[in-house]
Amino acid sequence: MCLGVPGRVISIHDYTAVVDFWGVRKDVRLDIVDEPVVPGDYILNHVGFAIRRIAPESVAETLELYEMLLRENAGGEDDLMALDVRAEIAGAS
Amino acid sequence: MTNELQFRDPALARSLAATLARLVDEIGRPVAVMHVCGSHEQAIARFGLRSLFPKALDVIMGPGCPVCVTDVPEVDEGVVLARQGVRIVTFGDMLRVPGTVQSLADAQASGANIEVIYSPRQAIEIARETDEEVVLFATGFETTAVATAAVILDNPPKNFSVLSAHKYIPPVMEIVAEMPGSRVEGFLAAGHAAAITGSAVFEPFVERHQVPVVVAGFEPMDILAGLVELLELIRNKTPRVANMFPRCVSAEGNIPAQKQLWRVFKPVGGKWRGIAHVPNGNLRLRDEFAHVDARKRFTIDLPSLWDYAPPALAGQCICGDIMAGIRNPRDCRLFNRECVPENPVGACMVSNEGTCKIWHLYGGVPDLEATA
Amino acid sequence: MTAILTAPSSGRVTLKQGGGGRAMRALIEKLFVRDFATMPLHNPDFSVGVGAMDDGAAIRIGDEWLVITTDSHVIHPIVFPGGDIGRLSICGTVNDLAMMGATTVLGLTCSVILEEGFALDSLEAIQRSMIAACREAGAPVVTGDTKVMGKRELDGIVINTCGIGLTRTLIRDNGLSLGDRIIVTGSIAEHGLAVMAKRHEIGIEGDLVSDVAPLNAMIASVLAGAPGAVTAMKDPTRGGVSSALHEMASKSGVGILLDERAIPVTAAVRAVGELLGIDPLHVANEGKALIGVRADAADRVLDILRAHPLGRHAAVIGTCVAERPGGVILNTGFGKRLLAEPEGEPLPRIC
Repeated sequence: MCLGVPGRVISIHDYTAVVDFWGVRKDVRLDIVDEPVVPGDYILNHVGFAIRRIAPESVAETLELYEMLLRENAGGEDDLMALDVRAEIAGAS
Repeated sequence: MTNELQFRDPALARSLAATLARLVDEIGRPVAVMHVCGSHEQAIARFGLRSLFPKALDVIMGPGCPVCVTDVPEVDEGVVLARQGVRIVTFGDMLRVPGTVQSLADAQASGANIEVIYSPRQAIEIARETDEEVVLFATGFETTAVATAAVILDNPPKNFSVLSAHKYIPPVMEIVAEMPGSRVEGFLAAGHAAAITGSAVFEPFVERHQVPVVVAGFEPMDILAGLVELLELIRNKTPRVANMFPRCVSAEGNIPAQKQLWRVFKPVGGKWRGIAHVPNGNLRLRDEFAHVDARKRFTIDLPSLWDYAPPALAGQCICGDIMAGIRNPRDCRLFNRECVPENPVGACMVSNEGTCKIWHLYGGVPDLEATA
Repeated sequence: MTAILTAPSSGRVTLKQGGGGRAMRALIEKLFVRDFATMPLHNPDFSVGVGAMDDGAAIRIGDEWLVITTDSHVIHPIVFPGGDIGRLSICGTVNDLAMMGATTVLGLTCSVILEEGFALDSLEAIQRSMIAACREAGAPVVTGDTKVMGKRELDGIVINTCGIGLTRTLIRDNGLSLGDRIIVTGSIAEHGLAVMAKRHEIGIEGDLVSDVAPLNAMIASVLAGAPGAVTAMKDPTRGGVSSALHEMASKSGVGILLDERAIPVTAAVRAVGELLGIDPLHVANEGKALIGVRADAADRVLDILRAHPLGRHAAVIGTCVAERPGGVILNTGFGKRLLAEPEGEPLPRIC
C-alpha cells in the first residue's frame, strides 16, 4: 500500500546499498531483503529499505504474461480488429 | 530502469482495457471487485484509469489506506505525547489526520516538536543526535512495519521508542467479505504488502469465501492486467489466488522479513476508524520489546484532550462506510464542502490514499467525456 | 466548485497557510486584501491594486506603467543546491516584475532581519549571492534596511525585497482567452524538490538543483520579438504549476487542458517525485514562467525562448478551453482527470 519504487544497486557497504533511481542516488538499507543482493541487481525500495530483489528476467516475463493475457482473450484475428475498433470508440468517447 | 516505462504504455493499456470490456460482456451483468490498497486507488486516479474501465465494472476501494483507518484514539495518543513535550517523528501522511480535537499538524502549530521523516532509519539518526526522547509514531501496513521492526532490532539508542499504529491487512478482507450485502466478487490484493507476506497468505481466505484474489502491482499495466485476470477467474467461476506481480511477489514472500515482523510485533484486535473491530488487524510491540514501546515508557494522558468538545461535524462523517466500500464520497454531505483537504473532517480526506482525498484531487469518477 | 473554507480549529496560522495553494490565498484574501482593497486608489482607472492579487501592483504614469512588487523570503535551509536565500530574494522579485512585463528593473530595496548570533561569514556569502544575482538581472539595490532580533526571536534570517520597474505593455495573469496556448519555459519542480530533499535530509544525490534564476532578459526578448502574442503570464512559485494555472484559469474565466506528456520534467525530478510520492505539478519553481500566448504565435514564442539558455526546454503544455472554467484538466495519456490545487507544503509520504 505503499510507495515501492524499483532501483538499481550501484554499490554496497555493510547493510547499506547506494541505489540508482532514474539517475538519482539514494542509500537503501538491506536489513530485510531476503536474497543476497549485488551491484547491478534491482531492488524494490520502500521507506529507505529494500523489501525485495527484483530478478532482472522478471520484467520481460511479466510483459510476456500480459501479452499472453491479451492473446488468450482476443479469440482470433477478427476479434483483434473488433478489439481495436472498440478501443478506438472507447478512446474517443 | 526504462523497462518500467513499458508498464505505462498507453497502447498496451488500451488493449488491456478492451479485453476487460470483452470479459465483462461475457459475464453479462455488472461486476463489482474491490482493491484494498490506497496506492492502487492513487494509481488508478492519477493515471485516469477509471475512464478506461467498462461501465459495468465497478472497482471499489476498500479499507486500504493505513492512515485513514488509524483510529482517533491512536492519533490522540500521538497528539498528547507531543503536547507533553515529547519529540515526535512521523511520516508526512499522518500529519494532518484529525484526532478528537487536534491533528499532529495542529499540535505542531501550537508549538509541539513534530518532524516529518521519510524512513524509520531517519528516526534513529535523529535520536542519536540528541539527548531528548524521540518517539517514532509508526503508521502503515505490514510493508512499513517490517522497516520499523528492522530498526527496533538494530540496537536503537536508549532515547528512542515507537508508538505503533501499524495495521495488518488480511484480517480486514475477511470483514469485508463477510459484510452482509457485499456484492464484491473478487479482490485485487496489494503487491507491495504481498512482496513481504507472499501470495499464499490469501489461500485460506479464498478457500473460505470462494472468491478469487489477484495480487497486482501498481503501474497502469499491472492494474489493468490484474483486473483482466480477476475477471477471467470470475467468468470461469474458478476462485483461486493468482499472482500477477511475479517480479516482486512469490508464493511464500520474504521470509526473513516476516520473521522479523512477527518477532517484534503481535497482531491484536482493534478498532479501525469507521470500520469497527478488526480481529488481529493492529500490530503492537511484543512484551519483550517493552523497552522501546512508547506506550510503556510514557504515561499518555488521553483524557486531558477531552476537555474540549469534539468537532461538531464529526458525527456526519461517513468515512467508515466509504472505507468499507458501501458508499462513496459523493454520498457524503460534507464532501468538498465543509470537508476539504485544508480542513478535513474525516481521515479519508487527509491521507493521500484516502478515497475522499483522491476523489477530491482527481475529480472522482471523471465525467469529462465532454472535454474531448 | 466552491469549497467553504472554515477556520482551522486551533485558531492559529499553520504551515499549510504558507505553502501556497488555496489555504494561503484564502488567508490572504480574508485577512488582508478585503480591507486593504476598500481604500480608494488615487487613479482607479489606471491602477492594478491589491484586489487583483496579481504578481505585483501597477500604476499608470504617462504612457507607461510603473510596476511594484514585494516579497519576503523565509526559506529553510538558507543554502540549498543551486542557490541560497540571497539569490532567491533577488530573483523572486525580479521575476514578479517580469511577469507583469516590467523587464527593466529600476531598482530593488532590500530589508534584512537577522537573528542575534547569525554567522557573519554566512551573511557575507548571502550578500555575494545577492550582488551576483543583481548583476545577472541588471537590477540594482537602491535602498535597504537591517534589523537584528534577539536569539530565538527569529529563525536565522528573513529577507524582504521590493522591486520597481516600468513597462509600456502591462501583462496580467487574467488575460487568457479560449484557444490560447500555455507555454512553460523549461522543466519543472527542480527548486522545491531540491530544497525539500535538503530540508528533510532525505540523502538523495543527483541532479536535484534549484533552478533559481532571473527571467527578465528572456521575457524581454519574447515581448520584443513577438509583440501582442503574450496574453498572460505567471511564475509558478509556491504551489507549483498547478497553483499558478488555477489562478490564471480562474481569473481569466477559462478552463485549461494540460497534456501531461508534454510537460518537461528531468529524470531526476521524476525519480525523486516517485520516491517521495510528490506530484511535480505541485512543487515550487524559481526560474520558470508560464506564458499564455495566442495560438498563432506559439511557435514564434517557442523559438525565441529556446534561443535563450534559460528557455532551452520551453514547451507548449496546454490549451485554454471552455469546459470547467477555473479548472485544470490533465490528459494523462490513459485518460483525463482533474488536476487539484495543492493544499499546503508538499510532504514526503510513505503511502
